Amino acid sequence: MRFELTRPPHLRPARSVTRVMGEVLLALVPATIAWVWFFGPGILYNMAVATLVAVACEAGALRLRDRALHPHLADLSAVVTAVLLAFCLPPLTPWWITATGAAFAILFAKQLYGGLGYNPFNPAMAGYVVLLISFPEQLTRWPWPQAGLGEITPVALGAWETLRFTLTGALPAGVSWDALSGATPLDDLRTRLSLAATVEQVRAGPLYGLVGGRGWEWIALWTGVGGLYLLWRRVIRWQIPLAVIAGLCLPATLAWLLAPATFPPPTFHLFSGAALLCAFFIATDPVSAATSPAGRLVYGFGIGALIFIIRSWGGYPDGVAFAVLLLNMAVPAIDHFTRPRTYGHAG
Amino acid sequence: MQELALILVATVLVNNFVLVKFLGLCPFMGVSRKLETAAGMALATTFVLTLSSVCSYLVQEFLLAPLGLEYLRTIAFILVIAGVVQFTEMVVHKTSPLLYQVLGIYLPLITTNCAVLGVALLNVQESHGFLESFVYGFGAAIGFSLVLVLFAGVRERIAAADVPAPFRGASIALVTAGLMSLAFMGFAGLVRG
Repeated sequence: MRFELTRPPHLRPARSVTRVMGEVLLALVPATIAWVWFFGPGILYNMAVATLVAVACEAGALRLRDRALHPHLADLSAVVTAVLLAFCLPPLTPWWITATGAAFAILFAKQLYGGLGYNPFNPAMAGYVVLLISFPEQLTRWPWPQAGLGEITPVALGAWETLRFTLTGALPAGVSWDALSGATPLDDLRTRLSLAATVEQVRAGPLYGLVGGRGWEWIALWTGVGGLYLLWRRVIRWQIPLAVIAGLCLPATLAWLLAPATFPPPTFHLFSGAALLCAFFIATDPVSAATSPAGRLVYGFGIGALIFIIRSWGGYPDGVAFAVLLLNMAVPAIDHFTRPRTYGHAG
Repeated sequence: MQELALILVATVLVNNFVLVKFLGLCPFMGVSRKLETAAGMALATTFVLTLSSVCSYLVQEFLLAPLGLEYLRTIAFILVIAGVVQFTEMVVHKTSPLLYQVLGIYLPLITTNCAVLGVALLNVQESHGFLESFVYGFGAAIGFSLVLVLFAGVRERIAAADVPAPFRGASIALVTAGLMSLAFMGFAGLVRG
C-alpha cells in the first residue's frame, strides 16, 4: 500500500485576490460598453492612462520598499482602482488629470498605508475627490450623451479626435465646449430646481428618459447587471448593495411623497449619477468597508443616506465619492459597535 | 428654532472646527492614539467648550461691552477659559480618578486648545446671542468630538498596518487627517449663508 504525501495547504482557497479582481473587471464590461455607446471611446483612453499610471506607481512604491513586484502587481487591485477612477471621470479628460488622480490614489491612499489590505480609504474615491476639488472645471465638463436628445443636436468627437484631446487637451478646430458638453441630469435638475421649476417640468426636458437621465439610465442599468453578476458569483455579499440602495431610496421616497415638486422620485436617484456603481462596485471594496454583517448594513445605509443628503442640499451634484470616504472614516467605529457576539458568551 | 438647527449642522459638519477650520489640531493629533482616551478627551472638551462659549458670551455682553473694555477681550476670554478648565479638572478629579489619570496632561491643555478660544471669539464676531452662543459652542464641540473619535478609530487600525518606515507615526496620521478633511469637503454648501 502506498501513501501519497502532499505538502499543505491541502484545501486550496476557491479564489485568489487576482480572481476576485478579475471578476470585478469582467462585471464592469457591460457598463463600459454602454459608456462607449453613449459617450464615445473617451472612457477607454482614461482607463488606459489610469491603469498605466496606477501600475507604474504601484511598481515604483514596491520597488522603493524592496518588495516583490510580481505577486502585488498580478493581484490586479491597482487595475481595478484605475478602472473605477476612470468610470468617475468625464470621457473628455486630459491625460495629466487622470494621471494625477491615479497616482494620488495609489501612492497616498494605498501604498503609504502599506498596500492592499491596509488602506482605510477607498483609493479610487480618494483620487477622484482630489481631482474634483483641484480641477472642478475640467471634471464638470460632461459631453452630451448620444441618445437622441430632441432639439439638442450634440457634436460628438470621433475616436481619433478624442484621443488627440486626451493627449493634448486641444479640441478640433471649430468645435467649442458649448456644442460638445452640457449639464448632467443631476446638475441640470439642481440648477433648475433652484430657479423654482418643479421636478415634473424639469423632467419633461430632452435630457431625461424613462426614469433617469437619457443615456445615463442605460449605463446605470448595465452597471446593475454587472453588480448582479458579482452577487451571483459571490464576489460581494448582499448587505452593502442592498443597504446603499435602501439608504438612498428610503429618504428619497419619503421626501418625494411629502414634496413631489421639489424632490425627484427615488428611481431617478437610483438610475442617475454613480449610485448603482457605488452600491455594487465602490462601497463593496472589501478592504475599506465594514466587516461584520450588521456593520455592512449600517455602512451601506450611511453611504446611501449621505448620497441623498449631498445630492439634495449639498454643493456637489453627486455625493458618491464623499459619502464613501466619510463612511470609510467611520468604519472602525462601526466595526467596534457591531462586533458579532461569540456564541455562548454574553455581550 | 430652525436657525439654531442650521447653526448646529453648520458647526458640526460644514464648518467642522478641526477638518475645515483647522482649529484644535494639537489635541486632535495628540490624544487620538487610543479610542478610550479620545472618547474621554472628547467628553471633557465638549463640556469645556460649551461652558466657556456661554461664559465668554456673558463676560462680553455684561462686562466688556458696557464698560467699553473690548480691547481686553482676548485676555479676558483666556482667563474665563482657564477658569472653566480648572473647574472641569477639579470635577473630573473628584468624580473619576481613572479618567483623570488617563487624560493626564491633556486636561490642562484644553486651556490652550485654540478651538476653545476660537469659538469664544467667533461668537463675538458673528454677534451671536445667548442661545446661539450655546448652540455654536455645543456644535463645535460635537464636531470636534465626532472627528476625534473617528480619527482615533482609524489610527488604531493604522497602528497595525504595514506602513513604510518613514511614514510611521505622526506622518501617516497627518496624511489620514488630510484625507478626512477631503471627505468633509463634501458637506460644503449644505448650509448656505
